[in-house]
Amino acid sequence: MNMAQTQSVKVIASAPDPVLGYCKFQFGSFTFERDMYFVHVSWPKGVHTIEVDRFLRAMVRDIGWGFFYGWIFFDDVFGTQNHYGTVDIYAGTYSKGHRDTGVDFLETFNTDDVRVAFETISKNWINEGYDPLRAPMETGSPLGPKTKDAAGPLIRGFEPARRMMGLPGDVSPRSDASGHPINRAFADMSFDKPDIEIEPGFEDQVHAFNLFDHIARADVTWNPSFTSITRACICCVTSEEHMLPVIHGNDRNEWFIQLTDEIHWNIQDKNTGNPRGRIVMKSGDVCAMPADIRHQGFSPKRSMLMVLENGTPGLEEKYAKGELEPFPITASRW
Amino acid sequence: MSFKTKMGSLASYDKGSIDLNDDLKHYAFSNIFEVANDSKPYERVMVASNLEYCAEVVRAEGVSPWYTAPHDEFAIVMDGEIEFTFFQLGDDQKPSHSAGAAKVNGEPKGKRMGRVRARRGHEVLLPKGAAYRLSAAKPSVCIIQTSAGPESVEKWSKICVID
Repeated sequence: MNMAQTQSVKVIASAPDPVLGYCKFQFGSFTFERDMYFVHVSWPKGVHTIEVDRFLRAMVRDIGWGFFYGWIFFDDVFGTQNHYGTVDIYAGTYSKGHRDTGVDFLETFNTDDVRVAFETISKNWINEGYDPLRAPMETGSPLGPKTKDAAGPLIRGFEPARRMMGLPGDVSPRSDASGHPINRAFADMSFDKPDIEIEPGFEDQVHAFNLFDHIARADVTWNPSFTSITRACICCVTSEEHMLPVIHGNDRNEWFIQLTDEIHWNIQDKNTGNPRGRIVMKSGDVCAMPADIRHQGFSPKRSMLMVLENGTPGLEEKYAKGELEPFPITASRW
Repeated sequence: MSFKTKMGSLASYDKGSIDLNDDLKHYAFSNIFEVANDSKPYERVMVASNLEYCAEVVRAEGVSPWYTAPHDEFAIVMDGEIEFTFFQLGDDQKPSHSAGAAKVNGEPKGKRMGRVRARRGHEVLLPKGAAYRLSAAKPSVCIIQTSAGPESVEKWSKICVID
């Protein structure tokens, strides 16, 4: 494996291209350049081209997720791996063809440096009218020359609940008042409120809210919000439409619970990318995503998904060292 | 264009599929409505397990025992209507176990805290150290985010697609 370790590095922007208007960026050994249709990522021994919509959808989610758990493949070649303090950016490292020909490359950066670099690139390359967090049918096109910088925050929808959404002092569920109407795809559902009686003094103990209403109002897709936390167990809910813009490689087990509609998942071996098959999850289905796979979801209609994560620090090392099996239900429990 | 959102229920659900060149036990694929249809009332059947943490499916029907846990739990109603009643516990009733839900010994001796009547899509806090009880006039289903505990039931071979 060809790799480099960088202690601290800042992203360097070129002058805007005189024709298209976009900047080119150097970050460590990687160069990022976009044209009307594509992003070209180059490194000392290679270059790789990704369709610009896919690249930007992946990059803003990678930033917003804080590089998430494990590997975020923008496609089969390029991506990041989170080491919780540092982040690898790789090209071809998990692609047999790139490794066999020696053109793979991986460089490790401080997490904050990667975040700043990805934010800088995204802000320059996202034009007004295009929102990579929205479903493709709900936003404009990223194609073409630079027009005007998109207004508003680059990322949104990530503020996590500390105990439970809606509790006094915690984050609030989405609402009309917060500027989040019910999405068109859930307009057929009815959303009532739970009936709650609270004795005085127990306002921070007796609580309920309409979780489906919160999800149905999401103006982002494939972008989880933390709604409730049991010790280190995190419940993330998300609305999914079109395709997960990344391929997620787990560094731990996670669980999916399909709340409404359906998602089709492609499953691959994490290290080789070889296909293992396909899972179709429908409303009420529960399925583990083991720690030795990559997965990518396709949601034909906007759907609601609940994800249970184990956020215990250091778990990734135990799985990597083989101290924990890469699947959740060990043999003696069957 | 109008959309039709599909949601399963005890009476009607459409299970997906798993087609993998791998050991299907690694994925523990199940369906909560199928599990609830095959469960006794208030049997807390694990459908997800992530080291010490889990999600349990509960078929709510009639009145449950009183439960308590040494940490917050969260119930999401997936079908029907469930009433959750909350009381404080007496000092001699507070949970001494490390994780998950356990039955309370007798009736809770503390003050009434409140009540929630929840329907499909509602998420309810089951607060740390409190006593809670579920009741449902008709068979209903909820899924509980919690830790594995004394009341957790494991029957993976029965609930999961394994071949």
